[in-house]
Amino acid sequence: MDKLLELLSENAKLTAEQLAVMLNLTTQQVSEKIEQYEKDGIIIGYKTLINWEKVDKSKAIALIGLRVTPKQDNGFDEIAGRIMQFDEVESVYLMSGGYDLTVKVCGKSMQDIAAFVMRRLAPLDSVLSTATHFILTRYKDGGVILNKDKEQDERRSVLCD
Amino acid sequence: MTDYCQNMSKAVVSLQPSGIRRFFDIANEMDNVISLSIGEPDFTTPWHVRQEGIRTLEEGKTWYSPNRGFIELRNEISRFMERHYSLSYKPESEILVTVGGSEAIDLTIRSLINPGDEVLIPEPSFVCYKPLTIMAGGVPVIIETKKEDKFKLTAEELADKITPKTKLLILPFPNNPTGAVMRRSDLEAISKIIIENNIMVLSDEIYGELTYGGTKHVSAAEIDGMKERTVVVNGFSKAYAMTGWRLGFAAGPKAVIKQMTKLHQYGIMSAPTTSQYAAIEALKNGDDDISYMRGEYDIRRRFIVNGFNSMGLNCFEPEGAFYVFPCISGTGLSSEQFCEQLLHSERVAVIPGAAFGACGEGFVRVSYSYSLKHITEALSRIEHFIKSV
Repeated sequence: MDKLLELLSENAKLTAEQLAVMLNLTTQQVSEKIEQYEKDGIIIGYKTLINWEKVDKSKAIALIGLRVTPKQDNGFDEIAGRIMQFDEVESVYLMSGGYDLTVKVCGKSMQDIAAFVMRRLAPLDSVLSTATHFILTRYKDGGVILNKDKEQDERRSVLCD
Repeated sequence: MTDYCQNMSKAVVSLQPSGIRRFFDIANEMDNVISLSIGEPDFTTPWHVRQEGIRTLEEGKTWYSPNRGFIELRNEISRFMERHYSLSYKPESEILVTVGGSEAIDLTIRSLINPGDEVLIPEPSFVCYKPLTIMAGGVPVIIETKKEDKFKLTAEELADKITPKTKLLILPFPNNPTGAVMRRSDLEAISKIIIENNIMVLSDEIYGELTYGGTKHVSAAEIDGMKERTVVVNGFSKAYAMTGWRLGFAAGPKAVIKQMTKLHQYGIMSAPTTSQYAAIEALKNGDDDISYMRGEYDIRRRFIVNGFNSMGLNCFEPEGAFYVFPCISGTGLSSEQFCEQLLHSERVAVIPGAAFGACGEGFVRVSYSYSLKHITEALSRIEHFIKSV
């Protein structure tokens, strides 16, 4: 994998100047590469990872497993397309295993999500069943460990003894 | 009451302590200190290597190994030397597994040195060569390497220090603390003098896997006529992030390894068994781990060198190991003053260059064996400090 993508996937705030130094490229080369990645749909966005639980205690996230009836011409695409229109829906995945689709939903509260499932998801034509799994604690998300104690470097200087 | 002073070995008592102990004591007692002082990888040992250690412990493989180390390990070391440096060493007689590279350094010096023999030690360099030479009865002769020579050992400086008593040259490259490397042409230039004067060489290549800029490290033993007079010291600590496993090795002429093995046998018995099993796995399947870590260090290296240069601390571009050695003499402070004030005012710990030899004065050693985030924070604190002095 391109080191540029690796570095950006860890920290989107690195500037083109910083990336250029790290990768032994010119700033212009880095900017051009990033632009190309954006054009090609390889870089599809820049977001901030937020520990929402610290901002709003009642905020809830659920993973909802859906079994659905696929359509003859376009399989799961149509229903997936409908579901991803909802603002509450953060991710939609077609799955192997027990469910067809897994939908990640964020809501103001658990009740909020429950209402969304009952009123919006479950009644959809091709949805056969829903199984809602609330996330109780996020330990690690998007590659980042949440609520980490202050990092301790266990390495000791051996030089001084 | 016992008078310990009277009972001690005079040679040991005369050894200088490293001199920066006090500095570390202060750092350890302060809060919120951000350190760039540690000289070991921040990576943990690759999981498959740790797993092999665990597996052999579970199977109860907890006995001594043969004195020289398991033959399976020596076979793998032999293949490693062949693969990485095109050097061929016989596993039965030319390789000795030691407790870290440090033990191999000690054994080499003790096996070669008679009282009064002179040992050439380029500085700045790691702190162990001089005391070990003294304890072996040798006379350390320091060769000061210079920034204008990229801290390499030059033929002229080497020739200057050779006397009829010169027995051994230490080659500490890739270098801790400067990050200097000796490329093939640099080694060829000094090899003529070494061979003409019939000097033995201890080539400490513990950072051999960590060189940057596209060209691989060249072992001193690869140069024509050098293998027969060189003991190569290497190990697992830096290449495979295995410092705590305490495992290294020496590869060299049969006659030297034979004497070293005696010392090792009586002083140590054998290197840690678990570590040896793990090291076999590292050598068999760890080349990718090395390139991954080297790639990460390289990114940090560019970043930190650029950081120092842009804040006006002129920084020699290191090509090996994981240290930078910026020049701080422009601040008007000694290296120790610089480090102490930096610690007190900005809570950043780096090491005075003078700790690595008198010619390290005017420089500080900064390790980039830390995350980019950590390095970024430290650099911004150092920059703040520079603006205030």
